[in-house]
Amino acid sequence: MTADASRGAQAPPELVQLLTPEGERVEHPDYAIDLTPEEIRGLYRDLVLVRRIDLEAVALQRQGELGLWASLLGQEAAQIGSGRALTDADMAFPTYREHGVAWCRGVDPVNLLGLFRGVNHGGWDPAEHNFHLYTIVIGSQTLHAVGYAMGMQRDGAVGEDGAASIVYFGDGATSQGDVNEAFIWASVFNAPVVFFCQNNQWAISEPLEKQTRIPLYRRASGFGFPGVRVDGNDVLACLAVTRKALADARSGQGPVLIEAYTYRMGAHTTSDDPTRYRVADELEAWKLKDPIERVKAYLVRNRLADQAFFEGVDAEADALGKDVRRRCLEMPDPGPMEMFEHVYAESHGLVEAERAEFSAYLAGFETEGVEG
Amino acid sequence: MKEFKLPDVGEGLTEAEIVRWHVKAGDPVEVNQTIVEIETAKAVVELPCPFEGVVAALLVEEGETVDVGRPIIAVDDGSADPAPPPPAAAAPGDREALADDLVPAVPAVPEEAGRNGTAAGGGEKRRPVLVGYGVKPGAAKRRPRRQPPAASGPQGAAPGAVPDRSAAVPGPQAAVPGGVPGPASVATGPQAAAGRAAVLAKPPVRKLAKDLGIDLAALTGTGPQGSITREDVHAAAAAPVRPAARAGTADEERIPVRGVRKATAQAMVASAFTAPHVTEFLQVDVTGTMEAVARLRALDDFAGVKVSPLLLVAKALLVAVRRHPMVNSAWDEAAQEIVVKHRVNLGIAAATPRGLLVPNVKDAQSLSLPELAAALTELAETARAGRTRPADMAGGTITITNVGVFGVDAGTPILNPGESAILALGQVRDMPWVVDGQIAVRKVCTLALSFDHRVVDGELGSLFLRDVGAMLQDPLRMLAWG
Ligand SMILES: Cc1ncc(C[n+]2csc(CCOP(=O)(O)OP(=O)(O)O)c2C)c(N)n1
Ligand SMILES: [Mg+2]
Repeated sequence: MTADASRGAQAPPELVQLLTPEGERVEHPDYAIDLTPEEIRGLYRDLVLVRRIDLEAVALQRQGELGLWASLLGQEAAQIGSGRALTDADMAFPTYREHGVAWCRGVDPVNLLGLFRGVNHGGWDPAEHNFHLYTIVIGSQTLHAVGYAMGMQRDGAVGEDGAASIVYFGDGATSQGDVNEAFIWASVFNAPVVFFCQNNQWAISEPLEKQTRIPLYRRASGFGFPGVRVDGNDVLACLAVTRKALADARSGQGPVLIEAYTYRMGAHTTSDDPTRYRVADELEAWKLKDPIERVKAYLVRNRLADQAFFEGVDAEADALGKDVRRRCLEMPDPGPMEMFEHVYAESHGLVEAERAEFSAYLAGFETEGVEG
Repeated sequence: MKEFKLPDVGEGLTEAEIVRWHVKAGDPVEVNQTIVEIETAKAVVELPCPFEGVVAALLVEEGETVDVGRPIIAVDDGSADPAPPPPAAAAPGDREALADDLVPAVPAVPEEAGRNGTAAGGGEKRRPVLVGYGVKPGAAKRRPRRQPPAASGPQGAAPGAVPDRSAAVPGPQAAVPGGVPGPASVATGPQAAAGRAAVLAKPPVRKLAKDLGIDLAALTGTGPQGSITREDVHAAAAAPVRPAARAGTADEERIPVRGVRKATAQAMVASAFTAPHVTEFLQVDVTGTMEAVARLRALDDFAGVKVSPLLLVAKALLVAVRRHPMVNSAWDEAAQEIVVKHRVNLGIAAATPRGLLVPNVKDAQSLSLPELAAALTELAETARAGRTRPADMAGGTITITNVGVFGVDAGTPILNPGESAILALGQVRDMPWVVDGQIAVRKVCTLALSFDHRVVDGELGSLFLRDVGAMLQDPLRMLAWG
């Protein structure tokens, strides 16, 4: 195997970028964006806060408080940029790594931790946040999102105040049958769905070149809809590109594939040791493209934020980290009977029978003195 | 007082070695401050402290391998949690019970939860089994208690009467020295567990057996249809304990193979039996190199870094790689390709406190001589401190092993897996040597080059070794060829 140390670090020419790694604003003919300083500061704050939540979760796993955690380190801009492009009416379908999108959808971060602590199966109500539950099975959520979008279409949610669905998945997922089927359905039914692929260059230990011979965004043309590659570490570009794709989808122009070109800075999950399969230089090259540093550089250079602002965000992040930790540790373990609660929305005969049986089984322990 | 138990940092790991403590007793610590490095079967990992306070004690020493779930550090956080009873206070008869409780307990089925489906609340604060503590080691590690517990069993007792678990939490010293004693007379462990499906026993009996560490599959039931009864389980629990099966004797010591030793063994076997090795030797008069080393040391450019013969050997090797790039390559079996590396990640085999490690200097071909000296110095210091990270060892392309430091002349080194050449450097010593037809006393050293004969032919290997030798004999050649 050849180890190309600069894997992915060289920005390919077709990349949409509005903010360079050095924090310089550049224009793109198709993707204009006009944000107030306050909005840009807001994006910066989002980026810092989700990174902090993520760091706290990694630490909690290292302390035995979570069974597992999939870090979003390095992918903050792709998630915040796209997440902030959504309207309340849009519906998002995440993988297991979309902590930044969850943040944008107003999901309490502690709820994300509950899943990885094993005390719930995703403790938020998808309908309340228009944010579906995390999906561990690679790629299957793309089908759910297309189906959901077709439903929106049939409900007549088209036009200015229409709605679209957006589905998140990884570079590795593009090799799944489900994802390709989803592309076909979305295409032939012209479904209002945005396929948001975070190409973080790795699917656990498999590098991108084991998934594709062409840039992923170009796959879309074969299915008959547009694809675009955006600098996934550029929050402004991700916001602009996703906004346009969603607007197109809502107005009846069908699906779009966005390839957010980024890098997984951490391990695949806390169970993984990436030093076994990738070289340190690769990480070093991508550090220079950090999604947060470039926004900071932009704000500082253009005097849009002062020291007090940055210190304030840091302090807020620390408080958030502490709060997440405290509430994570306080989460009660569920009782064994709770597993019957959320199987079906309404009462179901088989589940009721199993509930009764299990309840009797548990009661058997209390009377064991007279048994057997 | 709070104790931090060794968590399972991967999914399903059961143990880890304490590599290095970053704190000591009396140090203040903050939440998430790195306190210790541990090495698991997967990686070296830094653990962040879950508490704020002052380190009361380190409960495990560096180098020790610890089971997941065992407390490794005590932090005084000012909280009034009941301190574990001092080990001396434990009556001898309690020892087994204490050892038994070292295995993290499965929480009692919460009574409230069982009835109304909500989380356990109320009087008794139960000890959570944290999710990251992995799979419970299981019954195989348990010993039967001599005394059966109260006849009604824990679940039979009224909620308020559940014994206070914290009273039984042992101090760290209560860990059975030398490990958990051997298995009891009843068969336990995975093999025995395989037959479990066929065993007839009611759930409460299964629970009792689990509590007592009895494997039901090993029992013969006396109940209806051969089912196992409570009495059968109690009888098995009371059976005498057989002595440890495999203790070391006076004549030998048995050292478990794990961590770096295991990794080294696997790498060496893999390398020796996949790459056909050839080793060639060359004796070289390195008097010129030794003089050059002394003169370089005097230069300002090398202030603060170590200038050793190894530095010039490394430089000579890098120059020789430029002349013969094929030597710096890898055999890709799957692709049936030879991968010629354009960068040289120069590995240096190092004897470290953790065992043999081969960290490498990344992009060594691009370094100036002072930079190379600094990189080698840092690499050695990091290795000696036992702080070499997996990333430092990954991606090596060619290696030098300096066996001379151990006072030997030569060896036949085994390739670092994935590389095609390794150079062994013997000791430098005064030898009679023929110079211009006269016998003179010179500094002489033996070089040994092993190469992968799939990639490197005898001719190439010989040219490469000859070039390295020529540069060490006359270091000026490094300038001429560099
Ligand atoms: C259907 C299926 N196959 C395999 C897996 C195991 N698995 C978990 S994550 C992963 C890699 C996914 O890579 P990618 O799509 O690039 O997403 P990333 O983790 O990089 O965000 C795999 C193969 C799975 N969860 N589901
Ligand atoms: Mg990926």
